[in-house]
Amino acid sequence: MNGWDELDRFLSTDPRDVGCDKALDLLHVYVELVARHPDDARRRYPGIAAHLRACGPCSEDFEGLLAAVSDTI
Amino acid sequence: MAADHGLGQHQATLASADPESAEWLRTLGGAGAEREAAVERLHAILLRVAGNEVRRRAPRLRLSGPELDDVAHQAAADALLAITAKLDQFRGESRFTTWAYKFAVLEVSAKLGRHFWRDPGVPLEVEDWERLPDRFGLDPAERSEGRDLLDALHRAVDEELTERQRRIFVAIVLEGVPSDAVAVELGTNRNAIYKAMFDARRKLRDALVARGYLDIGTARRS
Ligand SMILES: [Zn+2]
Repeated sequence: MNGWDELDRFLSTDPRDVGCDKALDLLHVYVELVARHPDDARRRYPGIAAHLRACGPCSEDFEGLLAAVSDTI
Repeated sequence: MAADHGLGQHQATLASADPESAEWLRTLGGAGAEREAAVERLHAILLRVAGNEVRRRAPRLRLSGPELDDVAHQAAADALLAITAKLDQFRGESRFTTWAYKFAVLEVSAKLGRHFWRDPGVPLEVEDWERLPDRFGLDPAERSEGRDLLDALHRAVDEELTERQRRIFVAIVLEGVPSDAVAVELGTNRNAIYKAMFDARRKLRDALVARGYLDIGTARRS
């Protein structure tokens, strides 16, 4: 990926993106689905998947929760 | 942004909670020694999760060991308070422990966001447009051929964004301030910052496309 792609990707917005509040609200549901069936998770919650691709802080929180869940599932 | 896409299929009731989750609800919602024991057990779990989360994030932070321990302990304590106060909000859509872990992770996240902001070496208002190429990993050849695009982006930021969007864009993109720290500084929350950036990104992209610029990136990629 070159720098222009990176800029292009950064400026691109996904209309399905649900925003931080809604993504965090369901993060515990989404993370369990991802831990078991990642493709199902993205299909059932496209708005959360789109948000986590674009939002650094929520994606970081998701990674943390996934790590915690992966310890125990 | 979308209103409710993908959020429609999460209806669940406590009847669907697994036995372990139901047991957590029963004991935490109960009384006496049994409840105390459950609270203690939950606190130990939250402390472990918060500690792991602090360590996972630590390499990117300038905090000492004792400060990190302090964050983990505060996060676990605050998560415990929030969980016991909000037991009736658990809807059985996940395991109880997963729901509880989320409180610990989000408390760590919020506290580390504030810690960043207390670092005096991080000014919010300095605007250095020369940093923009670095932010997107442009190599020197890309920089010189893309000078026009970078100038156009700078112009679009000045002309298309509201004052608030511009301020947030500069802090996050040029200065690399984490958006949670920007939220603390502006007295708002992560969702509002994200929404402002979302609208800013869309305006900037539209402006660049209208001026025929993002074709450069698209042509190079295909
Ligand atoms: Zn977010």
